[in-house]
Amino acid sequence: MTVKDFVLGKTVWRESKRQTAARPRLRSLGTGDWLAAVSGVILAFAALCALFPGWIAPYSPTSMEADRVLLPPGAAHYFGTDYFGRDIFSVVVYGARDSLLIGVASVLAGGLAGCIIGAAAGIAGGVIDLILMRFIEIVMTIPGILLALAIAAVLGPNLFNMIFAVAVSMVPGFARVFRSQIISVKGRAFITAARSIGMPAPRIFFRHVLPNAWSPVLVMATIGLGTSILTAAGLSFLGLGVVKEIPDWGTLLSQGRGYLTVAWWISTFPGIAITLLVLSGNILGDWLRDRLDPKREQR
Amino acid sequence: MKQPLLTADHLSVQYPGKNGLLDAITDISLHIRTGETVCLVGESGSGKTIAAKTFMRLIDYERGRIAAGHVQFADQDLVRLTDKELRRLRGRKIAMVFQEPMTAFDPIFTIGSQLIETILRHQRVTRQEAWRRSVDLLRRVGLSEPEARMHQYPGELSGGMLQRAMIAMALSCSPDLLIADEPTTALDMTIQAQILQLLKELQREYGMAMLLITHDLVIAAEAADRIVVMYAGRIAEQAETQDLFREPYHPYTKGLLQSITAPDSMRKSKLYSIEGSIPGLHDMPSGCRFHPRCPHAVERCRSEVPELTGLNGRLVACWRAEELRHSGNVQARPAVIEAEPMTSERKETLIEAVGLSKWYPLKRGTGGKERFIRAVDDVSLAIRAGETFGLVGESGSGKSTLGRVILQLERATKGEVYFRGEPLTQLSGARLRNMRRHMQMVFQDAGSSMNPRWKAGDIIGEPLDVHESLSRKERKARIEELLQIVGLSPDMADRYPHQFSGGQRQRLGIARAIALNPAFLLLDEPVSALDVSVQAQIVNLLLDIQERMGLTYLFIGHGLHVVRHLSDRIGVMYLGQLVEVADSAELFLHPAHHYTRALIASIPHPDPAGRGTARVIEGEVPSPAAPPSGCRFHPRCPAATERCKLEAPELQEIGPGHYAACHFPA
Amino acid sequence: MARAILLRAAASLMVIFGTMALVFVIVYMLPGDPVYQIVDPESVTPDVIENLRRQLGTDKPLAVQFANYMSKLMQGDFGRSILNGDPVLPKIIEHFPATLSLTVCSALFAALIGIWLGVLSAIHRNGLIDIAARTLGLFGISMPTFWTGILLILLFSIRLGWFPAMGSDGWRTLVLPSLALGIVASGFIIRLVRNSMLEVLGEPFILTLRAKGLAERMVMYRHALRNALLPALTMIGVLIGDLMAGSVVIETVFSRQGIGRIVADALTAKDMPVIQGVILFTAVMYVLVNLLVDLSYAIVDPRVRRLKSGGGRL
Repeated sequence: MTVKDFVLGKTVWRESKRQTAARPRLRSLGTGDWLAAVSGVILAFAALCALFPGWIAPYSPTSMEADRVLLPPGAAHYFGTDYFGRDIFSVVVYGARDSLLIGVASVLAGGLAGCIIGAAAGIAGGVIDLILMRFIEIVMTIPGILLALAIAAVLGPNLFNMIFAVAVSMVPGFARVFRSQIISVKGRAFITAARSIGMPAPRIFFRHVLPNAWSPVLVMATIGLGTSILTAAGLSFLGLGVVKEIPDWGTLLSQGRGYLTVAWWISTFPGIAITLLVLSGNILGDWLRDRLDPKREQR
Repeated sequence: MKQPLLTADHLSVQYPGKNGLLDAITDISLHIRTGETVCLVGESGSGKTIAAKTFMRLIDYERGRIAAGHVQFADQDLVRLTDKELRRLRGRKIAMVFQEPMTAFDPIFTIGSQLIETILRHQRVTRQEAWRRSVDLLRRVGLSEPEARMHQYPGELSGGMLQRAMIAMALSCSPDLLIADEPTTALDMTIQAQILQLLKELQREYGMAMLLITHDLVIAAEAADRIVVMYAGRIAEQAETQDLFREPYHPYTKGLLQSITAPDSMRKSKLYSIEGSIPGLHDMPSGCRFHPRCPHAVERCRSEVPELTGLNGRLVACWRAEELRHSGNVQARPAVIEAEPMTSERKETLIEAVGLSKWYPLKRGTGGKERFIRAVDDVSLAIRAGETFGLVGESGSGKSTLGRVILQLERATKGEVYFRGEPLTQLSGARLRNMRRHMQMVFQDAGSSMNPRWKAGDIIGEPLDVHESLSRKERKARIEELLQIVGLSPDMADRYPHQFSGGQRQRLGIARAIALNPAFLLLDEPVSALDVSVQAQIVNLLLDIQERMGLTYLFIGHGLHVVRHLSDRIGVMYLGQLVEVADSAELFLHPAHHYTRALIASIPHPDPAGRGTARVIEGEVPSPAAPPSGCRFHPRCPAATERCKLEAPELQEIGPGHYAACHFPA
Repeated sequence: MARAILLRAAASLMVIFGTMALVFVIVYMLPGDPVYQIVDPESVTPDVIENLRRQLGTDKPLAVQFANYMSKLMQGDFGRSILNGDPVLPKIIEHFPATLSLTVCSALFAALIGIWLGVLSAIHRNGLIDIAARTLGLFGISMPTFWTGILLILLFSIRLGWFPAMGSDGWRTLVLPSLALGIVASGFIIRLVRNSMLEVLGEPFILTLRAKGLAERMVMYRHALRNALLPALTMIGVLIGDLMAGSVVIETVFSRQGIGRIVADALTAKDMPVIQGVILFTAVMYVLVNLLVDLSYAIVDPRVRRLKSGGGRL
């Protein structure tokens, strides 16, 4: 479990007894909303880069110009050029694809697996719950990045393995949050009410429990997008990244480290790209939480 | 006449809301003299708590703001005091006791350190002196072993004990004014009486003024010299207690008084109820704020705000007070409960519980042996078709658990439940689910019993979807019919639960429960969470549909009067066991078990003339995890002997249809 | 109480066993022959591969492998490095102090800054300090540690020359890596403490304290903060794990001779026994730290203490 999951699972999502704000209400736009909107735009732009890098990048990310080596940022090369004469801006734009793909895919996979485990534990309770949660506890003793690192090291560096490794490291957080959410919804009176009507258990689960339990998972997925991008970047930085012609952001950053004294921009710009993306995910996640958590709205 | 200790003059307080400022209280004027007890009575949203907080300027911390008016305390202008001066006043001159003692203490400090902290804050004494004084105070408020209590943490004491400690803390600097905000609401019935008694004693002893805030006119009748009735942020009426109860002037006060279920009301008769619901802060009615619910409202009430004006030595804010005085007073009720003729026809038994137990395993402690909370312990009872069986008891009595076990919402540890002779405890799966259509449940907190994401119509229609296959049109028609039965308009089907008021939500809950035409309804404290003026509406509705549909009720409640009013027979529970069962009237006339007697005696009388008649029993309710040996009530029982300690009494018939589990029934 | 501690310790031991099994699953059961991780099958003779298999023990059935693995671990034998045949555990222990000092320094820095800003942020809610602290918190948790490290090197080593950019000797080498790690961790702590403080400030007992006439300082620091710090304490355990993991990356950036460095070297050499050893080592550390945190929690929080000792009311 990362600390982030902890913050999310332990302090933020507590079941509110009141339900006044169970439905999102219209209200005037505040600072938070604007920040969230800007974050949304940044994420959308990143997605655009990932899907159609050719539309945005002014140069080919692979073209190396010997006469344009280590140029500082300027009008021709917004982010400067590297030792091979590649345009950093173009490399960053093309690199978005891998970073974003790893982030989204690992959150989806890890989130799904985590939610299934969490739901199974939460619904079944008893021995199954005990076993599953012990298992999660064991996985959690290995910090996320080390777990991903071990898996990536064993499986070898390719895109799929990277996604798998990062996804596994996301599982415990989702499992715990979803389990506690399911248990808390299960304890609410309207579930008893549904049972007292004689509703079969599967129907109760799909019609009552699930719709009231998924929102923290959504928030977590948004924030988890950032976490997984950071984990993946860390792996790339350590040399476990996908080896190919166009480096992803973590690899580019790592490569730039050798030129710190002469070309600060090589490492700086991919770092800014990662930070912006993760920041957007976090801001959006915070915003979603404020909107979806009924207790917070009253504050 | 003495100079008032506290005077509020045309006081208005505003809070910032989503769309601008909200008026929490408007134009409040009142005064309290030294040695006097004033009761501020009002329902939720009346602004009574905010008024109290304003007198200590505690609203500052909630972004509340005094918008107009003055508050004078002794010779100080409370509106102008600086923070520093205010802090010298708080806790020393004005002290406050809160509604929920369990959450009013810092959980990670001992009781002792929190008491000492208060004393040291305001007085120049040594720690030892403060310690000694704290112990004395704890002893004075009736806590046993005060030295040991000093070392305990709040989580280790019961609610009643904590409230005593809270009172001790409030008194630690001998304040001139004690504000008690619903000090008994969160406590058990027998404890309520103890605390109220204690407060009255201490007020006399310390010669202080007391502002008692309550939603319960009965408590006001018991304690107050003067009563101030608030409604929707304004004062409706103010009068001496005797005067107010003899002849209320304001229609709202009249309505409140009439809707009290008295110990001598005609059983199963319709209660007087005030129609409609309390307005919210953001949609206050124009003119007199009570006019939409007032049976006497005229055009002027809609447009002009009535001022609080003097009339025969009291104050009332009603345009028609003078003319209404002479009409529509509270009728004098017969003062004695009459024994009702026993219903001769023996109806068939609908539900029967035999030797029913529900034990919850406790987390294994250091002892290693598995222990249980015996929430329900060997309870047998039979409910006849068409009757209302009332179940009363304090917290930990297991009354709610018993209800749920009977409905098979929780599985019994031991024992059987029969429904029309069929053993429910043997059923499971689809057969049990099928049986559920005959037995439904109404919850205490209607709001939380509804999926917040569903519309009212779907909530009511859910049982139909599960058990019946209706066409779209039939379903819609049935939902509309149900809404009408419970007094809601059919077009409300498209609203979400949070868009209803508390009373309306309970109506929805009832509509859902009767959707399948069940034979039996479990009513789990259906009115406890509602405002006084709304309770009567729901009670009436329940009576109405019972008559219409021939329903059988199991009514669980803690308000004895309400249970008596609705029930044919009543069972009294104590620590998981049924200690007495009798016909409703019989139980109140000749309570046999000493616990029942104590319970009935602890009810304050809703008439200031009967003040002080409430008798108080000692002690706290023990934990159901470690119930006392023998008769579980023996540590608190005035008639207990050695035998009661050793031998658990059986439930036995002591009169026709009257059962009690007591060695020495009264 | 003693019984509770023993029970908790036994549970921790179980978790450690579980972790060992999990690492086994990752290293030996995931697809991919460990041997091929070490050598290219095309370029060596089958002999060499066979030899390596025997050396690694992967020629035996899985169950036997597992039994061997566990029994060796029990004896404190974490295996030998493929690269140079050195035993793994002594090597880890040798490098551990550098990592430990980094972890502790960054944790202290994070706790100090995080709690301080978190409290200020909650007290001056929606004020300038709050906005600044929250912004800092957000950036803290959004920046990759290694990038923060690189920026710090750029500024404080290359531009200003205040602190060395690499090495692990002396306190001066500790400053920048601790900062890099600490900034991230403090981001989490700011957010946690702020939330926690706001939650406590909404509790009814705060009103009681104010009604008693206590000074605001007392209400905030004596009562609210102590209540709010309890959840933060639990987080320290989780945080230490994250910081140890983070040091793997940050030690690479600052070329420190810690266990992170061993991992980085092992990664380039595909030296699985070393990676496996480091992961097991940090996992054990993590479990131990959390055990300590749990026990200290029981001492600090009266509510937990009471429950654990099994006495008192329900």
